[in-house]
Amino acid sequence: MATAAKSRATNTDTAVRVRRVQAADIPQVIGLDTRVTKLAKAEYWNDVFLRYGKRRPHERFFLVAEHRADKTKSRVLGFIIGEIRAWEFGSTPCGWVFALSVEPEMRLHNVGYALLEAISREFKKAGVGKMRTMVARDARLPMLFFRSEGMMAGPYIQLEKDLD
Amino acid sequence: MRLQISTRLAIFAVLELTAHEGRQLSVAEIGQKYGVSSHHLAKVMHVMGRAGLVHAVRGAGGGYQFAGNARRTTLLDLVQLFEDLSSVEQDADARDATPEGQALREVVSEVDDIVRATLGSITIATMRKLVDRHAISCAGRSKAVLSRRRNQSRL
Repeated sequence: MATAAKSRATNTDTAVRVRRVQAADIPQVIGLDTRVTKLAKAEYWNDVFLRYGKRRPHERFFLVAEHRADKTKSRVLGFIIGEIRAWEFGSTPCGWVFALSVEPEMRLHNVGYALLEAISREFKKAGVGKMRTMVARDARLPMLFFRSEGMMAGPYIQLEKDLD
Repeated sequence: MRLQISTRLAIFAVLELTAHEGRQLSVAEIGQKYGVSSHHLAKVMHVMGRAGLVHAVRGAGGGYQFAGNARRTTLLDLVQLFEDLSSVEQDADARDATPEGQALREVVSEVDDIVRATLGSITIATMRKLVDRHAISCAGRSKAVLSRRRNQSRL
């Protein structure tokens, strides 16, 4: 298993580069999200860029993946966003991933893996030892992906109610 | 949740078959590892064969091969072959029409949904990774115990 993981990491390293988001990437992020969710929300993404792409970079991470070989024109293949949050719900500091998206035609090419690995490294560098996310029960694809990367149910249960 | 013996055997058998890709295993080989009779295991393999999850290779050196896609087949696919996960609907009776019955159904449905979501999110490939992780930690523990024993015997 260790060998397989190492060889996957090596393949990924040669094909995909993960870096911090830049303002010029945002139209591509909006385009990718619109294609995947069928909902255009440019205002939301511009706001997320201001909050997670520019402020508090030591604990907020907005990363994009692009082809390593493509040096002339950057094409965003996917993105991941997360931040370190502490003491909410009684939790010690922990890395939260709240967005992950990969270009549909680039799925099963280790782009999601590269993004998750990159943000895990950032979280670790920042001193946290736990990463969390939340997935809709019926969202099969992200659920299978996060599970395949070793994520298990955590100690919290999400609760909600209709406000009449 | 308590799984029936047949369900557990089916999961163990598929994990064995996927650990030895390209090679078929006999029910005797799998049964030996888990201390179960070939007769019982053969019945389990037959059910999985009908579902298209395993393929029987006949003749000398024959046995079973996994016939599914390990990255797509989930624990739910296996469990549903042997367990009834059809939720509370099937057990509905007159008492369920009462407010108490409806409240209870709501809670039990929540539990059932979580069970199905969990089993449906773990593929055989993910299970293999979990098995490997446990194998590494077991090996580490055994090594530590051996080394402790050696040190104690030196003392």
